[in-house]
Amino acid sequence: MIGADAMVKCLEEEGVRSVFGYPGVAICPFYNSILQSDIRTILIRTEQNAAHAANGLSRVTGKVGVCAVTSGPGATNVITGIATAFADSIPLVCITGQVNSELLGSDVFQEADITGAVESFVKYSYLIKNVNDIPRVFKEAFHIANTGRKGPVLIDVPIDIQNAQIKDFTYPEEVSMRTYKPTVKGHIVQIKKVAKELERAKKPLICAGGGVLLSDAGKELRSFAEKYRVPVVSTMMGIGAMPTEHPMYFGMVGNNGKLCANRAMNEADLLIMIGARVADRAVNQPDIITTNKVLVHIDVDSAEIGKNALPSIPIVGDAKCIFRDFMEQEISCEDHEDWIETLNEYKKNIYRKRNPDPAYVDPAEFIRKLSLKMQKDGIYVADVGQNQIWSCAYHIVREGRFMTSGGMGTMGYSIPAAMGAKLACPDRQVIAVCGDGSFQMSMMELATMRQHNIPVKIVVLKNNYLGMVREFQHYNYQDHYSVVDLSGSPDLEKLVSAYDMKFIRLENMEKADEALEAFLEKDESVLMECLIDPMDLVS
Amino acid sequence: MKRIYSVLVENRSGVLCKVAGLFSRRCFNIDSLAVGETDSPDTSVMTIVSSGDERTIEQIEKQLNKKLDVIKVKTFSESQSISRELMLIKVKYNKGNRREILETCDVMKANIIDMSKNTMMIQICDEPEKIKLFISMMASVSIVEMARTGTLALQKCMEADT
Repeated sequence: MIGADAMVKCLEEEGVRSVFGYPGVAICPFYNSILQSDIRTILIRTEQNAAHAANGLSRVTGKVGVCAVTSGPGATNVITGIATAFADSIPLVCITGQVNSELLGSDVFQEADITGAVESFVKYSYLIKNVNDIPRVFKEAFHIANTGRKGPVLIDVPIDIQNAQIKDFTYPEEVSMRTYKPTVKGHIVQIKKVAKELERAKKPLICAGGGVLLSDAGKELRSFAEKYRVPVVSTMMGIGAMPTEHPMYFGMVGNNGKLCANRAMNEADLLIMIGARVADRAVNQPDIITTNKVLVHIDVDSAEIGKNALPSIPIVGDAKCIFRDFMEQEISCEDHEDWIETLNEYKKNIYRKRNPDPAYVDPAEFIRKLSLKMQKDGIYVADVGQNQIWSCAYHIVREGRFMTSGGMGTMGYSIPAAMGAKLACPDRQVIAVCGDGSFQMSMMELATMRQHNIPVKIVVLKNNYLGMVREFQHYNYQDHYSVVDLSGSPDLEKLVSAYDMKFIRLENMEKADEALEAFLEKDESVLMECLIDPMDLVS
Repeated sequence: MKRIYSVLVENRSGVLCKVAGLFSRRCFNIDSLAVGETDSPDTSVMTIVSSGDERTIEQIEKQLNKKLDVIKVKTFSESQSISRELMLIKVKYNKGNRREILETCDVMKANIIDMSKNTMMIQICDEPEKIKLFISMMASVSIVEMARTGTLALQKCMEADT
């Protein structure tokens, strides 16, 4: 058995079923060994998207997503995907081939110091220098990626190590790392303190972040909110932790969020932030959430607590575990009827007033229709740009998932992430919604979808502009538009026909229902182009 | 506010880079950094002196603890610790100032450890403040070159120590 066989065996031991990647000489031993395995290999069209696809797969399965690319440019291309996963705490194991270990440091062909380059975007990285370390390193990598605050781990394997004979392969049952013991269980004294505060509070509020979804604590959040009648708002990464139309849910917070959610944050007397970083997009002025209220901050990463806002009660631990502990407390709190009523009053104006031009598709109305027509448990992947803000504002999550690149805001995320999700959940509808800018950042993946038969549905909200930047230039540079015009974009109908893909064009809202039905009826790849008002604004 | 971090780390290649990178990426100051193996060859101790407001100081500790090569972080103020720095300094001398240099060395408890006809090497090991003072005194003599270890520090001895 050689190192490459051992690497594949490790992936099998971890229950990995698909690997996204792009081969090159330095990773060829691995791609040769994987032929002997049942693990599915997906040839992505550019390495960044291998990480995004693994990211999408991970988010819907809760498992570690895996990608494998070659040395040098293969490795450097994947960095944006790794950084995207890091910003959203998505567990990935990213394997990179490396030049012969004897030649390391001599700048030979396709050598890149990838462990050095990704240092600030990974939870941990390994450069394997001894073939016998492979089982331990892989075991540790999967453990590190998917425990505590999750995140990407990179394993760099020189080609000679992949080709070297391994003495004996035993996959370790347990990980023993003296430096890594994440805190999962919240301190009971702190939990009791929160219970006390809840009994005292007149206007309690939970703000749920991506951590709630990462720890699969949606159900627990709902039961908690219902049992103690505590209203919930969410950050962008927390969208879908509560069904959008749940009576206790009051929308997304932040600059691009709902007014009612922001008012709830400001007026609450007890704010429980859980699995959220209190970053600038969600909480623009951290002092607002610390004055005149008790702030409870719960996060699995202790470094996030107190980084941007100093809480009255910090709790380090996993969201699911802490909700369970809360449910075991005897809390006799009131039903917060007045508070909920106030919030319901605010919620009446949850949707911003818009005056859409009837000559175009109204993205707000379109997204609302799409979310109600798509399967209840469908997966909606929003890209980045104006389309993301509209998706956050108007998509209605029922039993499905909402995914987007929240932390890094990486354009081109939606299509590869949707592919990863579809591959993991072939029975569910998966829809990527992007703009014409973000579509062109990953349109090469239409070939991957076709080759591997991954029927993702794509909506392109087309306005011939980089809309979000155009909007910024509108407000901040008196309409001096600079480098935002997307003229020269391909005719999407011709483009997708080259990939034997179905195409639907929607020019205005008149035929939206029929178009959406045609778009959704079959489990097939379809691209739907929606012509939207180029001058439309999200705010 | 000055703060000293005594960081026990895995003695592996790249760890110094990761820790130093963490400071630069998060815009934390490094006033001084010294690294050396401990009694066990697979661990090293980094002594890092940093400064910042209370929140920064807390963040540094938390971020250090997040690094997977970090085994333990101890942090203390200058008054809670004993700190020392070793410096080798080469100065030019002549008949006129030789005596003065020797006297300064005597007062500052510095030793002359090497000499040529017109230069001498002085070794001093003391608190960082004293080192600074010594440098300023030697500046008037004409310093050729110098090397410093950076601050080394341990928490003061307590009964609770094990």
